[in-house]
Amino acid sequence: MLELSLEARRGNFHLQVECRLDSAWTVLFGPSGAGKTTLLRLLAGLDTCSRGGADKARIALNGELLTDSQSRLARKPGPRSQERKTCFVTQQSALFPHLSVAANVGYGLPYLGNVERRQAIEAALELAGAHSFIDRRPQDLSGGERQRVALARALASRPRLLLLDEPFSALDGAASDALLARLMDWTAENKVQTVMATHDATDALAMGAEVALLHEGRLAALGPATEVLAPERTRLLQRLSS
Amino acid sequence: MDWQALALTLKLAAVTTAILLAVAVPLAAWLVLGRSRWLAAIEALAALPLVLPPTVLGFFLLVLLGPRTAFGRGITAMLGHPLAFSFSGLVVGSVIYSLPFALQPLVAGFAAVDANLVDAARLLGAGPVRLVRTLLLPLARRSLVAAAVLSFLHTMGEFGVVLMLGGDIPGATRTLSIVLYNQVENFDYAAANRTAATLLALSAAALAAIYLGRRAPSAGQSGGSRA
Repeated sequence: MLELSLEARRGNFHLQVECRLDSAWTVLFGPSGAGKTTLLRLLAGLDTCSRGGADKARIALNGELLTDSQSRLARKPGPRSQERKTCFVTQQSALFPHLSVAANVGYGLPYLGNVERRQAIEAALELAGAHSFIDRRPQDLSGGERQRVALARALASRPRLLLLDEPFSALDGAASDALLARLMDWTAENKVQTVMATHDATDALAMGAEVALLHEGRLAALGPATEVLAPERTRLLQRLSS
Repeated sequence: MDWQALALTLKLAAVTTAILLAVAVPLAAWLVLGRSRWLAAIEALAALPLVLPPTVLGFFLLVLLGPRTAFGRGITAMLGHPLAFSFSGLVVGSVIYSLPFALQPLVAGFAAVDANLVDAARLLGAGPVRLVRTLLLPLARRSLVAAAVLSFLHTMGEFGVVLMLGGDIPGATRTLSIVLYNQVENFDYAAANRTAATLLALSAAALAAIYLGRRAPSAGQSGGSRA
């Protein structure tokens, strides 16, 4: 269960969301510009208080406070992120270009011994379907391969809260569906709270999870995909039948 | 050629560069990644030697490190000799005078590292030291080289601060630029030519190394901006 109270201003855009996500997997759905990425960045603790203290964030995971921008200690960036065990996978992948795929995936595991670290890296790459790239460099990978490695890097550090911002946009439909199914199983097994942003109604409906509908920085609806996305579902069915 | 002055000049430049890099790398990282309201003031203060006449800086340091101030008397008591008119004094003056030449390339290099990479490293648990060691320095290595070369060259060619703070003591504070000044004053243009040519050749070679290095492609610097 994820409880969040977030507020941020970006020029004329104002994001204000306060809700409780009971489902372990939530799809954050909304058109481009609805504030999905801003919300995920605040959830990740990346933007909190970076703009002269204008942003506000209070996040609790299963009753444990992860971030409270009003508390002085919680404002500090850096190692706290590791204690929070929050991972954020973006469309851009953000792989470290000077490191190999293995070193990228193992970046968040400096506290493990060499053998354990290697095992964790291989397991995460296997899960993301990226094991064959282990010795390659990010610049030698395609967009989809990079996204797989970025996902493996996040999973390797065993997050408690996994944030995904259209993480499979560079993968084709079948590959994306297969990876998503594997990821949903893994997060359920490991009790990882996941929030995944998408603007694709088909994806959101296919996941069949709880959907948070975001519109112009506000939470417009929260509930089962079939209810929240009923208009999108009807539109998709009409398009298919025509 | 005054070999003693050449050796002293190279030693001063090497020591100053080593100290400057040790100071400028963490300072540049703080300026780029930090969120303190004092960042602009610190950056302006560090850039002051760029616009301050070297003789003015040399004069202030001479007074500060001399017996007229409590600070200067304290340093003298601690070291057993005054800092002014000594090699150590020249190092202090050179570090302050050349600080912007080390700091500014590093700030530019660190700021050019893609902000998404910094965010990713932070979320994976990297604290400031690990962030600098494993991400900023490897991705901004050319800026590090530029900072080192510029600091070295700027220290090698400094005159005003050296003259005000160190005077002209052979083997202790007489650098090549002081030797050149003395040679011109004595109308020894042949010797002055050799000294000037030596300084010119060293500077040109170091700058050529920087510009050749810049032509090689580099990963990870994408012009992303810090929040």
